[in-house]
Amino acid sequence: MELTLWTYEGPPHVGAMRIAASMEGVHYVLHAPQGDTYADLLFTMIERRDKRPPVTYTTFQARDLGGDTAELVKRSIADAVQRFQPEALLVGESCTAELIQDQPGALAAGMDLGGIPIVNLELPAYSKKENWGAAETFYQLVRGLLKSQLPAPGTPKPDPARWRAEGRRPRLNLLGPSLLGFRCRDDVREITQLLGSYGIDVAVVAPLGARPADLQRIPTADANVCLYPELAGTLCSWLERQFGMACVRTVPIGIGATVTFLREVHSVLDLELPAELQPGVDGICEAERRSRLPWYSRSVDSTYLTGKRVFVFGDATHAIAAARIASRELGFQVVGLGSYSREMARELRAAAAELGVEPLISDDYLAVEAAIAEASPELVLGTQMERHSAKRLGIPCAVISTPLHVQDVPARYAPQMGFEGANVIFDSWVHPLMMGLEEHLIGMFRHDFEFVDGHRSHLGDGAPVAAPAEASPVPAMAAAAGVGLSWSPEGEAELAKIPFFVRGKVRKNTETYARERGLAVIDSEALYEAKAHFSR
Amino acid sequence: MASSIATRASADTDLPPPLKESGQREVFCGLTSIVWLHRRMPDAFFLVVGSRTCAHLIQSAAGVMIFAEPRFGTAILGERDLAGLADANEELDRLVAQLLERRPEIRTLFLVGSCPSEVIKLDLAKAAERLNRQHAGRVMVLNYSGSGIETTFTQGEDGALQALIPLMPASTEQQLLIAGTLADAVEDRLIGLFHKLGIERVASLPPRRSTELPAVGPGTKLLLAQPFLSGTARALVDRGAELIRAPYPFGVEGSRDWMAAGAAAFGISPAQVAAVLDPLVERGRRALAPQRETLAGKRLFLLPDSQLEIPLARFLSRECGMELVEVGTPYLDRQLMAEELALLPAGTQLSEGQHVDNQLLRVREQRPDLVVCGLGLANPLEAEGMATKWSIELVFSPIHGIDQAADLAELFARPLRRRAALSFA
Repeated sequence: MELTLWTYEGPPHVGAMRIAASMEGVHYVLHAPQGDTYADLLFTMIERRDKRPPVTYTTFQARDLGGDTAELVKRSIADAVQRFQPEALLVGESCTAELIQDQPGALAAGMDLGGIPIVNLELPAYSKKENWGAAETFYQLVRGLLKSQLPAPGTPKPDPARWRAEGRRPRLNLLGPSLLGFRCRDDVREITQLLGSYGIDVAVVAPLGARPADLQRIPTADANVCLYPELAGTLCSWLERQFGMACVRTVPIGIGATVTFLREVHSVLDLELPAELQPGVDGICEAERRSRLPWYSRSVDSTYLTGKRVFVFGDATHAIAAARIASRELGFQVVGLGSYSREMARELRAAAAELGVEPLISDDYLAVEAAIAEASPELVLGTQMERHSAKRLGIPCAVISTPLHVQDVPARYAPQMGFEGANVIFDSWVHPLMMGLEEHLIGMFRHDFEFVDGHRSHLGDGAPVAAPAEASPVPAMAAAAGVGLSWSPEGEAELAKIPFFVRGKVRKNTETYARERGLAVIDSEALYEAKAHFSR
Repeated sequence: MASSIATRASADTDLPPPLKESGQREVFCGLTSIVWLHRRMPDAFFLVVGSRTCAHLIQSAAGVMIFAEPRFGTAILGERDLAGLADANEELDRLVAQLLERRPEIRTLFLVGSCPSEVIKLDLAKAAERLNRQHAGRVMVLNYSGSGIETTFTQGEDGALQALIPLMPASTEQQLLIAGTLADAVEDRLIGLFHKLGIERVASLPPRRSTELPAVGPGTKLLLAQPFLSGTARALVDRGAELIRAPYPFGVEGSRDWMAAGAAAFGISPAQVAAVLDPLVERGRRALAPQRETLAGKRLFLLPDSQLEIPLARFLSRECGMELVEVGTPYLDRQLMAEELALLPAGTQLSEGQHVDNQLLRVREQRPDLVVCGLGLANPLEAEGMATKWSIELVFSPIHGIDQAADLAELFARPLRRRAALSFA
């Protein structure tokens, strides 16, 4: 038993719903009580979908439990097939139905449903979560639909360069984009255009917008792109094993990753690497000029971004990508990196090791908030939950990952991937910091007559106005200072002169220093000694 | 007006028999009511004993995650808890101890049963007893079920209030007890009006502080502020309270009848009632007039969701001039709805239960001007060209009382006005 207040991921059957709702022609019969129908609003409200997700819930009640719930399942399946005429049917159960063991998948298999493909989903609700459920459903659905196409054992792998012999353009599948994923709609468009600009076609995009018949065309592509490993990782590995399909695994988020992705695509397809993707003498490749991020980042006005302390948390794919962009492409200092994706803990740990920070694998948002407070960053790149934590702590934040909020489905084109994605990232990460700086300037000039009390910028209501010196933004620190240690009024006054966004850090460092030296009172001298000590 | 109440109960014979439907229900479960209950009692914590689905439901229904640390949470059952109930009980004890240590301000802890906890027969009543012994004097532990196999949406509040009733002190004193969560400001207003009418002692259930429970006994006259409190009403009557029959306090008419019925139960003269309420009624009707202009003649279809459908249909038809196409309700409690049913226009088609696909076929066939429905259905219906009103907003908004009648009407008028205001040509 674990105590949860807010959760990053829903149950695994919500993952299955994401696959069904992303596609056309698929219907999902879910053995579940009436309350579980709340999940429809995730699609109709958060994604603003104009139709109900293709899900039929059996909505059994307590009074049905004494009777024949299996009969109810069969009736629901028959009704759904007749009403919605799906091209493929998913059958599964939610947490409660798992306990009553009606085995809806087996029941469906025993029914005459006109020969439509049926996929029996067994998604253990008490041990797994949403992304796992989505990945498993996607894999099971494709596996079911490709059953008849499975190559005989010993069949040689198809050559990813066979497009040349076949006299056509090379083509790739984009696997993993789905509803309730982060900016998938725009990423697909961006990557499709990007590949097109190198003469590469996209064969199948799935699950987003695909029909079952499209999934059956997956093996016609020369290779797969595992665009969102959380959802498509399992499937891509299976296609690699069973169909010998090569897989491009670099996720093209950020300039470096996009260029690496394009190089990997060219290498996998045995395409000659165009000059613009080859590194020039200065290490810059021409293609990166397609994005404004590299120049904006090099331009002098970005100098103030140098060494900004950033805390990163999200799904593993977006968190890892964000940490690399932050450290390499924006010159930030990553002071924390974490993810709620336990399935990808290994990849995240490797990325954290590369950056020299402790990895945080947790789905407890309070633990994440505590880690943020401890690291006292100047910017948080996180999920909607970290946005709230950051607001409480008075730290600017940009959202980089699911769980999805209606704000994360913008009306405008706003991909994360590719060169345009890098532009979007530059703007959305740097703007909150600009606001932070503006806040600081307002703090500095607040005694000038032009500034009236209560003047605020865009940082939001949770941010402290030129934070009052006595209120450390991080309560944990104030508590830690309490024991046998105090600030002299003059020390406090000196501390108050320090910009608010580093004040918490300075306070903590000074107190650590004072404790180490056995000081009881911190005055301005102690503060400057600590400053000298830590700058060494 | 109050005098007519007694004769109305028989009038619902003018209604055709309700459509009884069974099939897929598109309704929240009782856990959802935690979203407003925890705001009413800031010293209480609601701990759902359930699955990740339960946690996800509450967080999704709450919409945005705005609370630093909400006063509700889920004890998520894991595979080990399913394997052995002994372990599950120990785990629950550990988790509650941990929670109470973290949140020392909690005075009342509700253990809320869910679908999985009921199916595995985890006895939360026993668990509450045990935890009460462990944490005696520090916190009161109660339990009720919000499970979707037993309860819909607003029934969760009925369960939570019933859990409080055994703790209410006994008293024979004359008092008016209002049951059902009201917005604080609305509650103050209504209590003030009852004082003006001449009722001295007015108490509310749930109270604002979970530890300050009102008394109940033979002197208690009970008015229900919400139409979904069947179990609460029964339990309070068992404790000696007398249930006052009245329509529910929605709209000018319903609110006046409701207050007048309360006054009548205390022997207050109709003249005194008229003196206090008539100016309010007059003002309320004036405020309502502009909304009525938008709503009059418009056709309304209510899908079953919050259990407020029947009183709202009564208000929207009688006071706002809307035509009722179909009035769905998750379940029909004829006793608690008698006064409301009597006020519905003759021929109103009710439906009880749900078969959502069939019901949506009727919606499409009828093409109403406004559909009241849950969040899962609103955008799809809008996309089909029908204006909608989310029913969940009705349980969060201050809509009770004569003074609120225009605001309540505005909730329904807004989608129609918005549609009329938009133009992209």
